[in-house]
Amino acid sequence: MSRTDRIRRLATLIRKEVYQIVRDPSSILITLVLPVVLLFLFGYAVSLDTTRTHIGLVIEDMTPVTQDLAASFQASAYFDVTYGRDRRQFEEDLVLGRVRGIVIIPATFAADFAADRNPSLQVIVDGSEPNNANFVQNYTQGTVANWAALRRSESTAKAPPITVEQRFWFNPELTSRFFLVPGSIAIVMTLVGTLLTSLVIAREWERGTMEAVMATPVTATELLIGKIVPYFLLGLAAMTLCVLLAVFVFDVPFRGSVFALYALCATFLIPALGQGLLISAATKNQFLASQLALMSAFLPAFLLSGFLFEIDSMPTAIQWITMIVPSRYLIPSLQTVFLAGDIWPMFGQAIAVMLLMGAILFVLAARNIRKRIV
Amino acid sequence: MADTPTHVESSKVESSRPDFIRLAEVTKRFGATPPALDKVSGIIRGGEITGLVGPDGAGKTTLIRLMTGLMVPEEGSLMVLGFDTVRQAAEIQAAIGYMPQRFGLYEDLTIQENLNLYADLRGLPKSERPAVFEELLTFTDLKRFTARLAGKLSGGMKQKLGLACALLKKPRLLLLDEPGVGVDPISRRELWKMVEDLTKEGIGVVWSTAYLDEAEACDRVLLLNQGKLLFAGEPADLTSRVDGRVFRLSGTEGRRRQVLAQVLNRDGVIDGVIQGDAIRLVMKAGTDANLAVPKDAGADVKVEPTPPRFEDAFVDMLGGGPGGRSRLADAARALPQEGDRPVIEAHGLTKRFGDFTASDKITFDIPRGQIFGLLGPNGAGKSTTFKMLCGLLKPTEGEGRVAGFDLRRDGAEARNRLGYMAQKFSLYGDLSVAQNLDFFAGVYGLSGQRRRERISLMTDIFDFKARADMSAKDLPLGLKQRLALACAVMHEPQVLFLDEPTSGVDPITRREFWTHINGLVEKGVTVLVTTHFMDEAEYCDRISLIYRGRSIALGSPDELKAKVATSENPDPTMEDAFIALVEASESEERAAA
Repeated sequence: MSRTDRIRRLATLIRKEVYQIVRDPSSILITLVLPVVLLFLFGYAVSLDTTRTHIGLVIEDMTPVTQDLAASFQASAYFDVTYGRDRRQFEEDLVLGRVRGIVIIPATFAADFAADRNPSLQVIVDGSEPNNANFVQNYTQGTVANWAALRRSESTAKAPPITVEQRFWFNPELTSRFFLVPGSIAIVMTLVGTLLTSLVIAREWERGTMEAVMATPVTATELLIGKIVPYFLLGLAAMTLCVLLAVFVFDVPFRGSVFALYALCATFLIPALGQGLLISAATKNQFLASQLALMSAFLPAFLLSGFLFEIDSMPTAIQWITMIVPSRYLIPSLQTVFLAGDIWPMFGQAIAVMLLMGAILFVLAARNIRKRIV
Repeated sequence: MADTPTHVESSKVESSRPDFIRLAEVTKRFGATPPALDKVSGIIRGGEITGLVGPDGAGKTTLIRLMTGLMVPEEGSLMVLGFDTVRQAAEIQAAIGYMPQRFGLYEDLTIQENLNLYADLRGLPKSERPAVFEELLTFTDLKRFTARLAGKLSGGMKQKLGLACALLKKPRLLLLDEPGVGVDPISRRELWKMVEDLTKEGIGVVWSTAYLDEAEACDRVLLLNQGKLLFAGEPADLTSRVDGRVFRLSGTEGRRRQVLAQVLNRDGVIDGVIQGDAIRLVMKAGTDANLAVPKDAGADVKVEPTPPRFEDAFVDMLGGGPGGRSRLADAARALPQEGDRPVIEAHGLTKRFGDFTASDKITFDIPRGQIFGLLGPNGAGKSTTFKMLCGLLKPTEGEGRVAGFDLRRDGAEARNRLGYMAQKFSLYGDLSVAQNLDFFAGVYGLSGQRRRERISLMTDIFDFKARADMSAKDLPLGLKQRLALACAVMHEPQVLFLDEPTSGVDPITRREFWTHINGLVEKGVTVLVTTHFMDEAEYCDRISLIYRGRSIALGSPDELKAKVATSENPDPTMEDAFIALVEASESEERAAA
């Protein structure tokens, strides 16, 4: 076989794939519509930010001190306060979730505070919602501590107390969309690289076209490259769409370089495609392929990559498992490219690990894809 | 080679034909099941059509895939065009044309794009393309449709395009895996003619088929059954084994089913099937066919010799067909005639999907105890009509009744009275035999004592005991077919709907199946069959030919055949009748337009 023949065969396989992608609504759906939906979902609908929490504030005895404390709850950016004189007023609201907690300033508070007898507040929260319960508890503590410090400094006019000033780098507003949107780019590329790729190959087996093509002089390598190239480019196209949306629609800052972004994403597509090819070598049926791709690629990218849940707070065993999830290496780097800038030592490590994973997956896939039916 | 004088001439030509494929003791296994191919040896030559013949599961597809080098045998070897399939698959793939089942076309690509793709893959030089495309598109009559997507073509057009793609770089050997399945008989005949023309240029053709009438037309056949090679040679050599032993028994005055049941139990009868109004018999050598005729068969009974066919010989080779007694029918209660209303009525049944009319004013009725057939190619509208009569699809116009129930209003009542068996045997593959029986007894509303009785009766009649715990999907084809029938008749339905019940099954299993159906019909069960399989039509009392949504002819098989008989073809087959009637209806349409 001459070289021109080989190149022509490859070109025709790629051209065929492009026609199919353009004409098949399901691939358009996965590459164009799904990313947009995902981004809007993570950009607007899903938010991990703490917004104002609704509480009931019970002031059992109205004194200047307790009023002042109540005012500082009112002024807090974290609480949305409804006042009451009796805790029973809020019991039903708490059960029904209309308030997230009840903060009670007891009748003894003012006297204890004046006498410096370690005054205490009672916080009642719904333990079935531990996140909210923690928020209410911690922010109450913070509010009271701030108030007490201020109060003392005012009354005694001593040296100003030491205060802790927090400063968040890179994402000062702590907007979750800023790190969710870069993360969802990894999800979209997983869908294109692994799910779509395994599906289209399984479809060729189901429709009998794989068999017909295999019986021509085409080689197994050509078949493989003929699938990889179009879906590699498609993955990058979907990613580009996501980046444009992220920057221009969701106002996510982009502080790194375009080169770093493409280098990271292109490397990530190698293990993603390798996994897709491996799945389609193992199963020749679209239903099974989609199940396997969802279970082995999509869900881990979602749950075990640090995209939604912090890896550091996972049990050790699960942390070990996350080591083999390629998106775990991409997502922090992507977040860095967007929010911080080019940090090459970090990217270099991520790229090296993803290349290694890609190489392993490709070797496994190539060993299983031969020009044989069984 | 051939030893009869009539073959002298052809054998002279044959000797000059080169061996294209040599099979030596080829064995292929999948898992622990009996081998898919068991020590198959044989030769396939250039310049002729070799039929790879056998029922589903015989090993035809496996053998063709082995020839392409896409599979490797466990034992034995295949030499294709002088190359070994295991070591030299690439050389083979560069020289053959292969059309797998379902034709291997990209449905999202147009006809022209499919041709371009395969031209590139096969390395057809650019300079030769215009001429080759022109020739193939003319040859297949697809020139007008080059911009149409392959997914939007009819079965016949897909098949021709599949052939065109396989022929792009003039292969020396053309491998066709069941090219005739699901395609209308006119396209099937056209394809056959095209392939015959190719053999004149020296191309070798392998044509696999489960249809024994196709086998008859091949130059040579390899007959496979359950992975074993039964026969290799000219079809005439096989049929010659039953020369002078095949008879046609006619004049039974509409009692042909009863007569057949008796005849099959007589000594000396190897095989017997219904053929229109008559019975076809194969006798043991040296037995007088007249002795097989029961005394009460009627005064007008005539027994005449008739030319043997491939199927007669195949059954003879397999040791003869089953007896005529159906234990299923024996156990069935006789259904009395209730009034004089037909059991199934279709009046102007029409179904439109958008601007496409899937079935157009279909009208017929079936009296109690008759078999009625809807005969037509895939996509003609049989299934749509069938679904309307099951109450699964609402007709756009017209009405249908089953056992007196209007399907629009009492669909569920009507369905309770019918048993349904689908082409690919509507069983649950992952359930065991016993679980399938239990499940179907349950969905048909049998309970308690009656449920236990019916299940044990079915287990006994069809001999399921030994395999009660096997998964349905692992059963041999013949047993699957029996299990599907058992499930469909579990609730003693008055009406049976059969969707291509015996297409592709081996002739023995088919006979056994029809023995049961014939017996049930004698007890008063009414049967509606849909099929594209011409042989199944012969069992019907009356058939309606469905073509492009319309019924183009209705009558008994013999009436339809008589309609098209000419002086050149005084004894047409069902397929001849179908083709002639379709052509007549088309020219009528043209005249009207």
